[in-house]
Amino acid sequence: MSSISVNNIKRNYGKVEALKGVSFEVEKGEIFGIIGPDGAGKTTLFRILTTLLLADSGEAKVDGNDVIKEYKDIRKKVGYMPGRFSLYQDLSVEENLKVFATIFNTTIEENYHLIEDIYKQIEPFKKRRAGALSGGMKQKLALSCALIHEPTVLFLDEPTTGVDPVSRKELWIMLKKLKKEGITILVSTPYMDEASLCDRIALIQDGEFMKIDTPENIVNAFDSELWSVKSSNMSGLLKDLRANNKIITSFAFGDTHHVTVKGLSVEELKSYLVGKGHTSIEINSIKASIEDCFLELSKSS
Amino acid sequence: MKKFLVFIQKEFYHIVRDTWTMIILLVLPILMTLLFGFGISTEIKNAKFAVYDPSHDLATQKIIDKIKTSDYFTLETYIDDPADIETIFQEGKIALVIVFSEQFYENMLHTGDAQILLIADGTDPNTASTLTSYASRLVASYQQDQMGATGMPPYQIHTEVKLLYNPTLKGSYNTVPGVMGMILMLICAMMTSVSIAREKELGSMEVILVSPMPPLLIILSKVIPYFAISIVNFTTVLLLSVYALEIPIVGSLFLLYGLALLFIFVSLALGLLISSLVDKQIVALLISVMGLLLPTVLLSGLMFPIENMPLLLQGIAQIVPAKWFIVAVKNVMIKGLGITSIMKELVVLGAMAVVLITLSLKKFKIRLD
Repeated sequence: MSSISVNNIKRNYGKVEALKGVSFEVEKGEIFGIIGPDGAGKTTLFRILTTLLLADSGEAKVDGNDVIKEYKDIRKKVGYMPGRFSLYQDLSVEENLKVFATIFNTTIEENYHLIEDIYKQIEPFKKRRAGALSGGMKQKLALSCALIHEPTVLFLDEPTTGVDPVSRKELWIMLKKLKKEGITILVSTPYMDEASLCDRIALIQDGEFMKIDTPENIVNAFDSELWSVKSSNMSGLLKDLRANNKIITSFAFGDTHHVTVKGLSVEELKSYLVGKGHTSIEINSIKASIEDCFLELSKSS
Repeated sequence: MKKFLVFIQKEFYHIVRDTWTMIILLVLPILMTLLFGFGISTEIKNAKFAVYDPSHDLATQKIIDKIKTSDYFTLETYIDDPADIETIFQEGKIALVIVFSEQFYENMLHTGDAQILLIADGTDPNTASTLTSYASRLVASYQQDQMGATGMPPYQIHTEVKLLYNPTLKGSYNTVPGVMGMILMLICAMMTSVSIAREKELGSMEVILVSPMPPLLIILSKVIPYFAISIVNFTTVLLLSVYALEIPIVGSLFLLYGLALLFIFVSLALGLLISSLVDKQIVALLISVMGLLLPTVLLSGLMFPIENMPLLLQGIAQIVPAKWFIVAVKNVMIKGLGITSIMKELVVLGAMAVVLITLSLKKFKIRLD
């Protein structure tokens, strides 16, 4: 039985279609990533699955329970961490955790083993008000609160947004650990580099899933020739690349530009760029990343 | 049950840790009671008046003495020229001018045509009418004295006004029940709706909804602290009015508390209803102030007598819960009447409570939208 099963879920806000009919299945103990930019519909999907919003049509089940009819059962056993820090800022770290342990009929001691790894990092500050914590510490507290009742399914809506790189890394290590405990994790993120840490991912844009697969398969399915291009004049370079009709796509990608080409050799491109007045040109054939796949897919859809 | 208690405790933490909430909940009621009790009162004390007296005889002298020795008035000046009356009002120094007709005493004894003109500043009609009625009462009492002295036959009109329940004409007799209504409305409806809206706005509602805690309990646990605080405040206002404003509680204290509880239920239900309709603190605040607090102040009879309002406003005043509460508090606290005298008010408030609680439960949301 799937841990999460979603069938053609649609949801509108007035005239805006936030979700245009998405379907997917998540297996028990799987880390499933929803990858996409802001406004793609990730939060709406999370709220529907955590029984906070009603879908306009379609059906969804979480841990075998229908999100509408059996919402009470779902609320008892899932853990939810919204994208925005939503704990009580005027309560201390310890008080927040205690409130959440109590409403789930448990105690901090009982499930301490689950949260130990992350909670012991913020424990020295347990008397501090949650509002006075740093972004990374807030997320650790929020995750502790979402885990304190040993949920079967964990919903993490953009857990790494606004979090420092070290805390981000620690969070992902934590998720791998929870997976070993058998907890199903649905996680969303706008960061493509985190996609490879998931077992499977769904690429979402404008309320639609463009692709669902393992990160490896998605990357392997990228069949165009991909080059990274560099020169001394990067902004002029992007313009010149886009002007060449043998170059299919070209995107700025950190300190290089990524281009896909058809019927063009490295030498031909180099001489074309020299002709445009570029110097210190570097062209390398590279393996596609998730972000390349995302851009490729969003271009074609 | 333990869950519920932890939630109530949590709510108390929210209240105690926010300075402004504490000020609104504990200091504001005391300030309001004292301000309305002492400051904003309609009672008249030592109002300055001027006299234009062309007669200068025994009678006018006695009347002036009578007025200036009363607690209500102080003689400021004599005017020699009636043309000065206008100027003296414009300067704003005096509240009332008393004008006697010529040969006042003569006329009073013989023709019966002795006249007094009372001139007051009509821009403040309430004060003006109070001033003139006090002054005419003093004149009438002089007339009464004269009857005894001159032995005239007692066929003259004989004006007597007796003020029931408020013999010293204290304004606070009117304002204290009104202030009670305002404070309870403020704390129960406004603070409750704002505190629930805050949880929605900050997102914590989203997290605690995804828990085994029944949504209704979440809301109830937010209501209970405010319920407790409003009882404390009601007691504070009662103590202040007895010891600071010297208004005795004539009727049954038990009945008074019963009445307050009923009104608190109505106000809490209103607060819940508002909070289920909005999800921003500022909107909850605006609706509470515009929709509840203003009508309580303006239409409940606290500031303006309902009988003097246009029919439409009189109609609206009937649905303002504070109106019924204030009438009932006056009957019990000040007039000392029993439960039978406030049956109508109890029934109306009870019906409002039932309707509002049903409505807010019906509108209650178990999800975000």
